[in-house]
Amino acid sequence: MKPPPFSYHRPESLPQTLDFLATLDDPKILAGGQSLMPMMNFRYVMPANIIDINRVAELSTVEETGGALRIGAMARQRDLELSDLVQRRCPLLHEALLNVGHVQTRNRGTIGGSLSHLDPAAEMPAVLHAHDATLHAASKRGTRDIAMADWSQGFMTPNLEPDEILTAITIPCWPEGHGYGFVEFARRHGDFAMAGAAVLLTLDAGGKIDRASVALTGVDNGPVRLPETEAALSGQTPSPDLFESAAAHASSVPGIEDVHATKEYRRKLAVVMTKRALGQALDRAQAGGA
Amino acid sequence: MAERLEITLTVNGESVTREVPVRLTLADFLRHELELTGTHLGCEHGVCGACTILLDGKTARSCLLLAVQTDGMSVDTVEGMADNGALTPLQQAFIDNHGLQCGFCTPGMLATLTELLDTIPDPSEQEVREWLSGNICRCTGYQGIVDAALDAAKALRGESPAGA
Repeated sequence: MKPPPFSYHRPESLPQTLDFLATLDDPKILAGGQSLMPMMNFRYVMPANIIDINRVAELSTVEETGGALRIGAMARQRDLELSDLVQRRCPLLHEALLNVGHVQTRNRGTIGGSLSHLDPAAEMPAVLHAHDATLHAASKRGTRDIAMADWSQGFMTPNLEPDEILTAITIPCWPEGHGYGFVEFARRHGDFAMAGAAVLLTLDAGGKIDRASVALTGVDNGPVRLPETEAALSGQTPSPDLFESAAAHASSVPGIEDVHATKEYRRKLAVVMTKRALGQALDRAQAGGA
Repeated sequence: MAERLEITLTVNGESVTREVPVRLTLADFLRHELELTGTHLGCEHGVCGACTILLDGKTARSCLLLAVQTDGMSVDTVEGMADNGALTPLQQAFIDNHGLQCGFCTPGMLATLTELLDTIPDPSEQEVREWLSGNICRCTGYQGIVDAALDAAKALRGESPAGA
């Protein structure tokens, strides 16, 4: 057996989970286990107490509420990928999910797990950032709503207190017919991306860009929005030249460096990924989008 | 507050009850406790796909599951596929198409392709390759495995029996 010793707790409700979080020493939530279990097998993390939330049914619901999708943190990536509601109301999320690991890992992996683990190359945080999502956290002390913009507190550090758990995410849906694009660059399909871009786009009646939202993954410590790119696009007539100049702002992201790529290379990739995702989103918006 | 737990699960159609340490992975439970060594362990961090099994009919990495998490669930491994020595159409297609050489990745490949063919009875080559991206093979160059999957899909649809 590979993980170091721990005590195992299996709550069946959220209140029970919050009790465990409030009282146990050095607790760690086990959701889909596709990041935590490798880290425990490697002994990078050695929690004293594992709280397995796989039997907390109330954390897995997906529902539409007033122009938004509310997705439980334990919703599995594969279930979301196959959800009609997600495909219809939040097609960017569907598109991005196809790049999250493989079917075999998406069968277990959860959206809340992706967000709480907050790998710099994760797709879900960028998608939620582009969507201005709100994250819902709970603890014995009460509940808290956190804007996606405030979620990443640095390298793999979500805005969660030790006794808190991410319970759900609210994703405001864009109008029907909006354009969306998700493109990433990885050496092999399903690998961690060196850079990826998520784009949402609406056109006005005259074909000009009404509103654009652009977020990157894999380039910096956490997901980043590109407000300068968005401002450069707003109100303009889409063209290859416009996308070229707007996407160029992606090179201003500081960038991270590791064995896979230098930060200079990541910034170059970020510009190309942004341009491609913009093209994809435009094609879809012009074809009637979602 | 448990360090050991009694679990009951169904493995290859048979009910199994054991008391296990909570930190025992499902992969080690299958291999060491049940002596089902057909499930292979490669990387032990979810990347290589050799330990892929079916959990309630869906593929999962058995190295990334605790055995105690599968309490009450159903696990299918390569040992449960053939019926009294009669190979499944998928297994037969692997033989016919040279879908294996050393065989280390094969149990995981078979689990993945079993779920694929259950989900998409008429997959395209691209779909097969996408599903297989979660399983690493170092011998075959994948072509034989892709051919086997497409051949098995045909056989399962009744278009031409594998091995014919």
